[in-house]
Formats: sequence, C-alpha cells, structure tokens
Amino acid sequence: MTAARTAILQRLRAGRGNQPLSPPASDFSVVRDRDWTTAEKLERFETMITSVNGEVHRVAEDRWVDHLWALMAAKGLTNLLASPETSVGREAWTRQRESGPRLRAYDSPIDDWKPELFNNVDAALTGCRGAIAETGSLILWPTVQEPRLMSLVPPVHFVVLGADQIYATFYQALAEQGWADLGMPANALLISGPSKTADIEQTLAYGVHGPRELVVLILE
Amino acid sequence: MSLAPHSQEVRHFHPRVRSALDNPQIRSNFRNAMDGLMSKRQNAFNGWDLESLRDLGAAVRLRALSRLPELLEQLEDNCSRQGIRVHWAETGEQACEIIRDICKARDARTVIKGKSMVSEEMELNHFLEAEGIEALESDLGEYIVQLAKETPSHIIMPAIHKNTAEISELMHDRTGTERSHDVAYLTAAARQQLREKFMKADVGISGVNFAVAQTGTLCLVENEGNGRLTTTVPPCHIAVTGIEKVVEHLEDVTPLLALLTRSATGQHVTTYVNMISGPRKADEFDGPEEVHLVLVDSGRSSIYQDQELMDTLRCIRCGACMNHCPVYTRVGGHAYGTTYPGPIGKILMPHLMGLENTQDLPSASTLCGACGEVCPVRIPIPKLLQRLRKESVDGDSLRPSVVRGHGVKRNWKERLAWNGFRWLFRNPRRYRLFGSLLTRFRWFTPSQVGPWTRYRTSPKPAAKTLHQMMNERTRGGAR
Repeated sequence: MTAARTAILQRLRAGRGNQPLSPPASDFSVVRDRDWTTAEKLERFETMITSVNGEVHRVAEDRWVDHLWALMAAKGLTNLLASPETSVGREAWTRQRESGPRLRAYDSPIDDWKPELFNNVDAALTGCRGAIAETGSLILWPTVQEPRLMSLVPPVHFVVLGADQIYATFYQALAEQGWADLGMPANALLISGPSKTADIEQTLAYGVHGPRELVVLILE
Repeated sequence: MSLAPHSQEVRHFHPRVRSALDNPQIRSNFRNAMDGLMSKRQNAFNGWDLESLRDLGAAVRLRALSRLPELLEQLEDNCSRQGIRVHWAETGEQACEIIRDICKARDARTVIKGKSMVSEEMELNHFLEAEGIEALESDLGEYIVQLAKETPSHIIMPAIHKNTAEISELMHDRTGTERSHDVAYLTAAARQQLREKFMKADVGISGVNFAVAQTGTLCLVENEGNGRLTTTVPPCHIAVTGIEKVVEHLEDVTPLLALLTRSATGQHVTTYVNMISGPRKADEFDGPEEVHLVLVDSGRSSIYQDQELMDTLRCIRCGACMNHCPVYTRVGGHAYGTTYPGPIGKILMPHLMGLENTQDLPSASTLCGACGEVCPVRIPIPKLLQRLRKESVDGDSLRPSVVRGHGVKRNWKERLAWNGFRWLFRNPRRYRLFGSLLTRFRWFTPSQVGPWTRYRTSPKPAAKTLHQMMNERTRGGAR
C-alpha cells in the first residue's frame, strides 16, 4: 500500500507546512532523580512487588538452590523448566536431588511441544537483567536459553535476582544499561507480579493467562 | 470506511441516554466502578510531583506530533530492518483488508486477539468473520463482551457495565460454565477455554500502546498475559495502531508509562510491559516467525491539519477522562454509541465519523472541566468541546473547516433569532421600543418552550425594563 503511505505522509506534511510546531523542552528529572541507597532500593522493590502479590525471599548466595527445592516441595510442584546453560539454570541442574523435582530444558522449538508446555510444566526458573525499585518490576530479555514463554506459560515462575542489580527507576535502567545503543532484543519485558485481571466487577483474580505465582529469590 | 452500523446508533443518542438513566443496574455498576477508579488514581500519584509529570507527558507527546511524518518514516525503517513488515492504511476498511490478506496468505482460519481499541474502531472482528476467519478476543473483559455480542463500554475495562451475576449467567449460556459468583472460578474457567484457542490460533492480533521510532519497538501494556500470549504463541503476529501512537525515543516511554497505568487503573505499573522489536530469530525456540505492523490513519491526518484540534492526537488512551466524567458515570459507555465513549470520544469521534453523525456528542457535557484536569497529557478537552460546538453551528462558507459535518446543527430559526437580536440591539430607539413592548405583553410569553421547559419554568420578561426602573429611581429621589 505505497499509495496509502504517500497520501498519509503528504497530508501530514501539508498540515504542518503552514504552522510549524515548537514543543516545549522535555525535562526528565521527575522520572529520573531518586537518591535511594542500595538498601532503600531493595526495600522499595520488595514492598512494591509484594503489594501486587509477588512473593519475595532474600537468601544467601550459596543457599538459594536449597531454598528453591524447599519452596517447590511446599507448593507441591513436581517439575521445573530450567536452562542447563545459564548461570542460574546450571546451578539448579548441578544441584538436582534424587527426591526433588524433575528438571527439563526448553531445548526445542515451541511448535514441537506446545501441549506439553501448556499442560504439564509446573514451574519455570529464569534469571533476569535487574529490577526497578520504584514499581517493583523485574527486567527480562528472553534469550535462546531462556525463551519468552518460560516466564509466561507455567503456573509458577521463579526468578533469581542479585540484590545489587536493582535500579531506582525505569529511566535509570534504560540509561545505565544503554538499551537504545545496545539495540533492542526481539522481546524485552518488565514483569511486576503474577498475571491478574479485575475485569469481572473489579474483583482481583490471579493467574488469568500467565503465572498464578511469581516468586523472586533475591541473592544477598 | 463503512460507518453504517455506528452512525445508525449514534443518531439515537438521546433515547439511549434516557434508557441508561432509567436502568438502576447500569447506574450502580458505573457509579461503583468510577468511584473506585478515581480514588485509586489519586493514591497512585501520592508522593509524585504530578504537575511536572503531566508537563513532561504533554511535552513528549507534542514533540512526537511535531515530527510525526519523520518519526513514522524512522519507525518504518527501523522496524523493516529488524524484520517487522510495515503496512499503511488510509481507512479502517483498508486496514481490515491488509489484515485479511496477511491471514489469507498464511491460510489462517483462526485469529486470537489482544485488546485493541483501533481494531474496535475499524470493526475488524465483523470484517474477518464475514471473510470466514474466526476472531476471538482473549482479554477477559473483551471475551465477556464478545460472548454477549456487545461492544466495550469502557476503553480499559470493556465489561465494566456487567456485574458478576450477569457474567456468570452469560458464561453458563454460551460456554456451559457452571453458574458461580466466585470470580476466581469464572476467571479460571475462561483461562481454560482460551488456552485451547491460544495453542491452535494461526494469527495473533494486538494493539500498540507506544511505538518507538528510535529503536523500532512496539510497547504493549497489560495485566493478564493474554497480550504476551497473543504476540508470542501464534506463528504470525499483526500489531495494529493509529499513526499517532509513535514516540521519538525509548526514554520517552518512561513518563508515558508512569502516567498511563496510574491514570487508568491506579496501578504503579501493569503486570507486563511487553516490548517487541522483531520476529523470532533463527536460533530462537519461540515467538512469531512473522511480525506485521499496520499503521492506520482513518481521519487522524485530517485532525493534524488544525493546530488546536491536533491536541486530540496526544491521547494515550488511559480512560481517566471518562472515569472522572459526571456524564459518563451516569449514562455509561454504551449510551454514546461510539467506539470511544466519554470526553475523549466526544472530541475524537466527530473527526472519525463527521459531526453530521455525532452532533449530540460535543453538547453532552457539563463543561465542568474534570476531564481536562486529570488528563495525563494535558489535552484541553473542555476547550476542544467548545470548539466542536462552535463548528457544529458555524455555517460560514468563507471559513472552511477540517471538521467534517461543519455547520450541521445550524438552523434557520436560530439564525433568524440571532439576526433579529442583532438588528434590535444595534439601535437604541429600537432597543427601548422592543424592551417596553416585551414588558407590556409579558403575559403572552408561552409557558412551554420546547426542551427548556421540561425541567424548568418558562422565562418571563420583568414587569419593567432596567431603563424604566433607573428612571423612576433618579426621578423619585428614592434614596
């Protein structure tokens, strides 16, 4: 539809021709400036994500896998989708227990095992690229090892986050990680709590399409 | 663009308002919902310098609009480079045809949809169904509205007009779900019904909240996860958006996101912010193989011709104006009969459909100003309503307007009255003579003067004119 393209752009340019616009300057300080310490950011992140039903556990760096197995047992989860190739996933794979949950990898295209993923996977484990204190959001850039649906289809999603990986605001995360210069991945996500809806008479219900539970393990 | 179904409905604005006002169920559903949303919004901005944030939001949108044609080209370049195919549509019908052709080329039979107001605007579902393609809504509210064969009554919460009992009954009738007033149960039932559809769908169609020109990124904001499933599971994803949704830089998204979710539902952020910059890469295991972006004009470039009206295009579709509108709260979304109801609908729909089809909308306002006060990007809605009122009665052919249906409400009786008024008031003797005639024959004024006297008493001239009274005072030395 190049005709439509030409016509639309022509109309827009003609409209502006007789009235050049000079928009006011954009002052980003209101979404940028926060002088929170690392401890404050951690505190704030935890408050915000738990306020939307996210679950947070602060654990020692060398104990998190044990903690994960205990949580899974308590929740009655029998299998876990985890990458054997990421640093987070590898730890889970190497410290697997005989009596613990069965691990499986997302190692073939979704088209090959859609019903299996949709119906038989209890939980998934992923890392993240940091978090945002202000809104209690996790930053995920799905990868070949940890594809998009890992954080979406299984009913429970475990995420491992370093306590020192928390940015104050979304603006700071974008700027400090240099998203625009890096080039965006095919998919980037902010995840803030489990899937929810209030479409029936404004009553909150969780797990409508995505995970019912979001569990964040913060490594200290 | 075929507007027949809409324009029929819009013309019956007054009877619909009457029946909405007579329906206590609708009134209480909306009252409760809007009260909740207003207080949630207020709490969400606690601790914020809201006025500065709104300034920034408005500045970002204005900057984008000031460079709209360039940004659209940049968006197209970057998207294409990253593998997203970009299409342009002048009308809603053209956009529907583009989407149909993409579906046909893939032999698609079923389409799953994430929430998209522009697709409502172009009545995509009807179009696809007529072409033999099943289009299923996956947002829970939209799913309910689709089961009921209705249209959304709110742009953020489509099924806000229904209560739990009504939804339970509806789901029982249409899907065989057990009757229940347990919202968690009904939600789980819908999840199960839709999971099957997600697995089988050939194409996923979504809207776009912000399209970033700098990086060729489509941002989608949602809570349920249906938007992510729609854009990830089917092998083909089609995003459809109005041409005004583009922003310049990635960082421009941050204030708009902060404003959008808080203004809409009082959330600090939605559960998911989904940023899509391309299809599945060769070594990836999921995501769509094909991603298309359909840019829809449908009247927007005409709005762009007028610097004042152009402010309408700043809108980020949060719905705060309707949540705070005393008229919307009482009559509900369906009374308007348009895709976008409430204050934003009243200033947007006349452009999309012409004033001749929407002449009652700009007048359906008390001009209380609440919509303008809460608008996160400072759209001067009350000012634009007044402008459109003026447009609808202005019949001066020397003053052409970009608004279709300009002068539609102009009528000879009103024109005669104003011309007579002008004639009388231009000459002091005529004016005094007219005044004294009015006072003398005041008992002849009719007691019924059309709609005015339905709720008010008829106005009656005073017994004496101001001139007469002043004359008596000074002569009589009453002080």
